[in-house]
Amino acid sequence: MSVAPETASAPIETPEEYHHRRNRVLLYIFAGFVLLSAVRVVSGAEQLTSSGTLAVTLTATMPIAMAGLGGLWAERAGIVNIGLEGMMIMGTIGAGYFAFHYGVVAGVLGAALFGLLGGALHALATVVFGVDHIVSGVAVNIIALGVSGFLAEAWFSGLEGGGPTQSPPLPEPFKINIPFISEPANALEEKHWFLISDLASVVEMFTKDLSSLVVLGLLLIVGTWWALWRTTFGLRLRSCGESPAAAESLGVNVYRYKFIAVLVSGALAGFGGALLAMVSSSGFQVGQTNGRGYIGLAAMIFGNWRPTGMFMGSALFGFTQALPFREGTVSVHALLLLVAAILFAVALVQLLRRRRAHALGALVFGLVFLGWYLTTEIIAREFTTMAPYIAVLLVLAFASQRLRMPAADGQVYRKGSAG
Amino acid sequence: MSLVRRAAMGLAAPVLAFLVAGVVASVVLLISGDDVGAFWDVMFSMPKHRNIVSILNTSAVLYLSGVAAAIGFRMNLFNIGVEGQYQLAGLAAGAFAGEAWLPGPFNTVGAIVVAMITGALWAGIAGILRATRGVSEVISTIMLNAIAGSLIAYCILQIGVDTGNARNTKQIPEGARVGTIEVFGDSPTQLFGLSLLAIVVGIAFWVLLNRTRFGFDLRASGASETAAVASGVNVKRMVVIAMLMSGAVAGLVGLPVMFSDSFSYGSSFQTGLGFTGIAVALLGRNNPVGIAFGALVFAFLTEQATLLNILAGISPDIVKVTQGVILMAVVIAYEVVRRYRVRLEQASVAERLAESRPAPEQPKEPAT
Repeated sequence: MSVAPETASAPIETPEEYHHRRNRVLLYIFAGFVLLSAVRVVSGAEQLTSSGTLAVTLTATMPIAMAGLGGLWAERAGIVNIGLEGMMIMGTIGAGYFAFHYGVVAGVLGAALFGLLGGALHALATVVFGVDHIVSGVAVNIIALGVSGFLAEAWFSGLEGGGPTQSPPLPEPFKINIPFISEPANALEEKHWFLISDLASVVEMFTKDLSSLVVLGLLLIVGTWWALWRTTFGLRLRSCGESPAAAESLGVNVYRYKFIAVLVSGALAGFGGALLAMVSSSGFQVGQTNGRGYIGLAAMIFGNWRPTGMFMGSALFGFTQALPFREGTVSVHALLLLVAAILFAVALVQLLRRRRAHALGALVFGLVFLGWYLTTEIIAREFTTMAPYIAVLLVLAFASQRLRMPAADGQVYRKGSAG
Repeated sequence: MSLVRRAAMGLAAPVLAFLVAGVVASVVLLISGDDVGAFWDVMFSMPKHRNIVSILNTSAVLYLSGVAAAIGFRMNLFNIGVEGQYQLAGLAAGAFAGEAWLPGPFNTVGAIVVAMITGALWAGIAGILRATRGVSEVISTIMLNAIAGSLIAYCILQIGVDTGNARNTKQIPEGARVGTIEVFGDSPTQLFGLSLLAIVVGIAFWVLLNRTRFGFDLRASGASETAAVASGVNVKRMVVIAMLMSGAVAGLVGLPVMFSDSFSYGSSFQTGLGFTGIAVALLGRNNPVGIAFGALVFAFLTEQATLLNILAGISPDIVKVTQGVILMAVVIAYEVVRRYRVRLEQASVAERLAESRPAPEQPKEPAT
């Protein structure tokens, strides 16, 4: 996959560059949040940042983020994993079976194990046999779809509350509640103050009915960052994705690292499936993933093959998936104002950088969205579901020069081919 | 290499793949406690006449979908978006034909053209993004699939009409419908007229690949992009054209059923054919004849699967597993056979070199 041609940032960054980048990302996140808060106040769409919306957003974000994290592991080691969707499907059926019979912990482990099996198949085909990564991924998806349907019928048909296409209700994972923080936060949220109430919503999201599995997912993202960027193991793994021949010449067992990466990738996607079956809904259903594996892959590319960016991309999808369910017509309509505000901000930044043409383009589109917001009352739900996909396409189209994928991503590597 | 040996190696991969798939299916059924013997009885039973007609109809559609994918694959362009392209094209064609702007058969031809243009344009977005901005077509077509889904849902709300419990496009008028062809006298189902499009497309694809400069450029770009560029092929232009053509063929996928059976675009429109088409194309090695073989095999398996539940009480999903395993096994087997062949060639070249040179410094001559 040739997403980005030669680009600016080097694979190895100095500590200063790292801190700069981190500060910039934090600044963007904060600026975006302030903007969201301002739009809420101006439009009066209180659900935009309510703790309820944020909680649903987090629940919708995590499965996508876990698929994206799986994609991150695989692609950092140079294996494109379009089979994430299938591994996620395996995760949902694994969670359904093991959680129903043996409880929550077994459900999570079973989901990861099933996802890992999908990963093992993909690793066998791509690493050992050198099959094209996309072809193998497509095959994994087809097999997983069949396996989940077959097993669902075999396992859940006779059970009470279950059927050939769904599992009985699964036990609910432990929920974290810290009332002495969440209650004052809730009171503060009810005041609808600019920024303060919105921050209170965020606090409430993390202290009220927070699923332990969501916390586990967040820890896995941080853990991935640490493992891949702060350990020798991670450096070696990433070197297999950048230049496997060089890695091999330094004594790295390229096959082993690629294999491990794809196994972890499958297990993470499987865990994403567990989140879908046990947190987002109350049980396994056929077709539950609904393309989230693919979306996770897109979120990872959107996030420039990095954990933070991948999570922000997933949150974008999660937010637009959640919003239609929270006073949909009003909230979604307010998004138009948000888009307009973002475009005005882009125009300002471009003007300061003396790129007049870019600034003018952003300004014109900003005015179009503002006009759309002012002249309409509601917006069709279909446009909201479309929005994140269009956003990813636009980001890829206009920022692909800034994205940098691992140099040997998607290429078949054979042992000893270093020459 | 002798001809027999070459033919044997060409056949080795598919045969190996089917054996592996058969073994996997049997093992899965054994573990789940199903009747393995009954499974094989059903799968190898001779289909009845009406089933044969269904198989032909399904394979025609799968063939179109497979060719659509193969056009891109031939130059290493992964058009994962056949799914979205054919659905959007189906909607456009259904809406166009339902309005009956043109009389009789002109309406049909017009709808076919509309479908091809819609599919081509939708795929073309990915082609242009790839050629001008370097965006991976894999990701962009996946995004376009999702966008197409929402767009279709929106359009059907706007222009569709309520037919009982579903929303469809307007009915295609009598004059624009395409008749069916009677294959067997005693079969209640008949071959859809537009299924013959598969034959037309297949021949066109073969001619394009093997008898035109464009086809040569396409294969050259796929085999070695650097070599193609060096010989003057404009690869960026090829990417866009290949995507347009792939999308145009994808646009045809939904038409046979729509014009001979359902007569409108709506909830009964079959989905998932795009992804199956990818598998069919890969199974047939992106070759016009091979894809036909792949489409027939997949259609046969799908049709037999419908009998599994009735006759043997086995979930038809086992056939989906089998199809996936066949695909995975076939690509692995091709790779293994290719490596083996390369090794044989290297050995035979080395042998010939040794023969042609009167090697004086050969270390040890076997004493005979």
